[in-house]
Amino acid sequence: MLIIESWLREWADPALDTESLAHQLSMAGLEVDGVTPAAPPFSGVVVGEVKTTAPHPDADKLTVCEVSDGTEVFPVVCGAPNVRAGLKVPFARVGAELPGDFRIKKAKLRGQPSLGMLCGASELGLEDLIDGLLELPADAPVGTDIREYLQLDDQIIEVDLTPNRADCLSVRGIAREVSVLNRVPFNVPAIAPVAPTIDDTFAVTVSAPEACPRYQGRVIRGIDPTAQTPLWMVERLRRSGLRPIDPVVDVTNYVLLELGQPLHAFDLGKLKGGIDVRLAQAGESLTLLDEQTVTLKDDTLVIADANGPLAMAGVMGGAASAVSDGTRDIFLECAFFAPLAIAGKARGYGLHTDSSHRFERGVDPQLQAQAMARATALILAIAGGQAGPVVEVAAEAHLPTPVPIALSAARVEAVLGLSLDAAEIADILARLGMDVVDTGADTWQVTGPSWRFDMAIEADLIEELARVHGYDRLPSRLPAIQGAAISEPETRLPARRLSDLLAARGYAEAITYTFVDPAMQAALAPELTPLALANPISSELAVMRSTLWAGLLTTAQRNLNRQISRLRLFEQGLRFVPGAGEGGGLLQEPMLAGLVFGTARPQHFDDLTDGKPRRVDFLDVKADVEALLAATGGAAVYRFEAAEQHVLHPGQCARIVRDGVEAGWLGKLHPGLAATLDLPADIYLFELRKDVITQVSVPKFSELSEYPSVRRDLALVVPEAVPAGALLESARKACDERLRDIQLFDVYQGDNIEKGHKSLALGLTFQDRSSTLGEADINLLLAGVLSQLKQEFNASLRE
Amino acid sequence: MDNLEALTNQALKAVAEAADLRALDDVRVQYLGKKGEISALLKGLGKLSAEERPQAGALINEARDQVQAALDTRKQAMNAAALAEKLAGERVDVTLPGRGEQPGGLHPVTRTRRRIEDFFAGLGYAVSEGPEVEDDFHNFEALNIPGHHPARAMHDTFYFPDGHLLRTHTSPVQIRVMENGAPPFRIIAPGRVYRCDSDLTHTPMFHQVEGLLVDEGITFADLRGTVAAFLRAFFEVDDLAVRFRPSYFPFTEPSAEVDIGCTHCGGKGCRVCKQTGWLEVMGCGMVHPTVLKHGGVDPERYSGFAFGMGVERLAMLRYGVKDLRMFFENDVRFLAQFR
Repeated sequence: MLIIESWLREWADPALDTESLAHQLSMAGLEVDGVTPAAPPFSGVVVGEVKTTAPHPDADKLTVCEVSDGTEVFPVVCGAPNVRAGLKVPFARVGAELPGDFRIKKAKLRGQPSLGMLCGASELGLEDLIDGLLELPADAPVGTDIREYLQLDDQIIEVDLTPNRADCLSVRGIAREVSVLNRVPFNVPAIAPVAPTIDDTFAVTVSAPEACPRYQGRVIRGIDPTAQTPLWMVERLRRSGLRPIDPVVDVTNYVLLELGQPLHAFDLGKLKGGIDVRLAQAGESLTLLDEQTVTLKDDTLVIADANGPLAMAGVMGGAASAVSDGTRDIFLECAFFAPLAIAGKARGYGLHTDSSHRFERGVDPQLQAQAMARATALILAIAGGQAGPVVEVAAEAHLPTPVPIALSAARVEAVLGLSLDAAEIADILARLGMDVVDTGADTWQVTGPSWRFDMAIEADLIEELARVHGYDRLPSRLPAIQGAAISEPETRLPARRLSDLLAARGYAEAITYTFVDPAMQAALAPELTPLALANPISSELAVMRSTLWAGLLTTAQRNLNRQISRLRLFEQGLRFVPGAGEGGGLLQEPMLAGLVFGTARPQHFDDLTDGKPRRVDFLDVKADVEALLAATGGAAVYRFEAAEQHVLHPGQCARIVRDGVEAGWLGKLHPGLAATLDLPADIYLFELRKDVITQVSVPKFSELSEYPSVRRDLALVVPEAVPAGALLESARKACDERLRDIQLFDVYQGDNIEKGHKSLALGLTFQDRSSTLGEADINLLLAGVLSQLKQEFNASLRE
Repeated sequence: MDNLEALTNQALKAVAEAADLRALDDVRVQYLGKKGEISALLKGLGKLSAEERPQAGALINEARDQVQAALDTRKQAMNAAALAEKLAGERVDVTLPGRGEQPGGLHPVTRTRRRIEDFFAGLGYAVSEGPEVEDDFHNFEALNIPGHHPARAMHDTFYFPDGHLLRTHTSPVQIRVMENGAPPFRIIAPGRVYRCDSDLTHTPMFHQVEGLLVDEGITFADLRGTVAAFLRAFFEVDDLAVRFRPSYFPFTEPSAEVDIGCTHCGGKGCRVCKQTGWLEVMGCGMVHPTVLKHGGVDPERYSGFAFGMGVERLAMLRYGVKDLRMFFENDVRFLAQFR
């Protein structure tokens, strides 16, 4: 909200400069976003009077004028269409400096001398409301400096109010705060009711008293349609960010700014029957002031007459009943609409107005009579006319009534950590307009004023005390650590260990949007209907990812487009799978995913294979995954199974299983999908379920053997389809705990090996805890392994 | 015997002239070996008289020691030279780049989040997380933001057709923690949050860290002290200016916005702080009694404070990142700056 400093100071004038005032407001919770001057600096401009005008002899569009500055008359050539004799305008004399480093000099325009310039509003850094010169009132004193006359040495303070401070959405509201904070008088101008001079009324019925507990209306007849809004009011509206329209609308806006009460004026001639304040019937339509036609919902409060809705109550008037150029008779509305009846309604139609902003936060329910009097007086003063009596329909029962709140000094201290003096407590609350009743022993019963909608509980009062006392004067301390120490279970691997490990292995952490492109999501999981946002920010960020690969692949695309040739990325975050959660609900599962592309290691002159850096392959990435799994059990608990899934290459895809539970997937991006996504084919991906891979078995010590170990190597020939992992596992099972280690140290296919077969070379290390193994023991163990592998895989010793 | 001196000189000369270890050994054999010339003299001592024998023996031994010493010295020198030559051949250009994987790194948001977590862990706060697809109750209702509340307009919310939403803040974790436990509570809740807003200074997803402390006897002073200590530790400025301004959040009362003296200009006023000298860094307040009740906590017995901060905001100030959107573009050249 924009607050004009000079206007504010008419209501409350502390001995503070603008900067200190702005700081004080911010520190009281009325955050000042900025202070801007009412006009940029300029000098040498006075109120001038055009004495005579004559057409320029040599130019069609120029006028030669004689202009008085109150002491002298100067010849001035002017090009404005509205220049005329008798007009009072801003006159920049020779030597004047206008905004934009524009200096007025003696000149000749097409042969005619011109000593000075007549100014339009924009030439003074103000907003042009008409095309041409800024027309000053006829009573403007000629010769007066224009900055002084228009009060341009003024500041506009922009205050960003929190939703609870509806009471500050006016000059009066801010001034009340300023007066409280500085203990200076709150100069409420005397606003006397305007006595009716005619008897005319217009019938008012309130069918929805809960939504509209108070409705006031009055007829004003015979206003002058040619009347102009005075310049001082135009300037105040303009500086407050409102556009002047016509005197009646300008007055309602002015009172809104001044007192915080929205009003609305109807063209009386366009009303039929009487006013009814009621809920809309579903399907009724209304063309609003902004020319937009809306179909009303049945929860929307409207002002209607016999013909139907005239206005959306508290939000915006209708076009048909609006005051227009020829309007002579008006019906002026000043109501209190309940916040609950207005809240969210404007938003429901895509509207937000100064009026709805105030009503949904709460307008003082005791303000209507004053505002009506103020608006009537201003309209009569500016546009003339005769006012009828005020008709009021009020439902006292539905008017908000502030509740008494019990407050104790002890509680103030308990919340703020500061013992406030009882006298100060009572004083601050009273200054804020609260009714404070001393109930003894430093306790009070406090009732908030009608303009405060945020005084419901004791804590609300305590905040007011803290605010006015000053947050910066409250104590500060670090609370002692009490209670149980936190301890992380050793059975759960902290997620940061996973990140650290990948970072150490060359991976950069990415954080990508959780909502992704539906096309990418469909490409990765065509069988799944993803969770779609009702109101996505863009069509490319419209569905929730069911795999972290969506974001990583998009990140890869973006980086590859920027000529990055090697990528090692990981991300931790949730995936979203509809229907897979508890009770068929949404599964929000923490995942860890990685993407690898490019050379196996950073390019190095002495790390080449056949003269070239080696490209990363499945086993490189598997080593990274194994490193992650090593922390939680490694090969002893995880198995990699050849499997297939949509995203991955059918021949280079592993499903990772822990105790029968799927722990994740690892593989090469499917070449078909790579082509679809316009990505290179040699991208490797993994995605792991964090809940599964962070379960730690607490290590259990086993005695170290003091006896020698013996290694025996076996070269076996098996059909090529036999998975090495299965063979190793089987060999391990065929032995007892005396097998200490088993290594696959060669895989060979080719010469000397029957076609369709392969040779696997195993190194088995045996060791016993209690004795030195003899040759006979070892041979027995080996025989057991061979027999098992023969039976299971048709393995034979290589000759 | 007469030629002992000549023989010695001859031997010493041969030692000096030996070209390599083999030649040197030949010299040793020639003079000091079993059949060597000096050894032969010793064997000839038997032919001398008992009176002459001791003196002659001493002279010969002296000559032998002299030659042996020369041999040793020479051998040592040769070994040293050979080693030096070998080492010279093994020289590596130490300025060549190392071979193998280079470290990657953590995202700056994670890096910042960890610093926040670590500070509060030191004060006894545990980390809690919650769902990102939330229900209206936890995100709004329980936090004292009913359906019509104007504060909802400040939270441009992403909705799903079934009425669920993407959490607009990490505050719902407060409620979930209180629902599932008993006071005292001392937690922080870091995580992703979402607002339907995207421009130069807003991304539709960002990160917050929520903090909650509920115990007996907790006051606004504890909140001030905690927040100020954190900010001073985070920015590593012991005398960092920290100020609390009254503000409004439906779930705290009293509420405050926290400003710090501009880290860019030191409070003099600059582009970063829009000439104010202050930077808004977080919101906080005393937990609203209604919120405590929604969490099943008795507001008559317990009080508490909560705070919430934007992780990207702190990361931008700390590391000088100027464009918020860079955090989610994941350009590896950007990420590589935070190793």
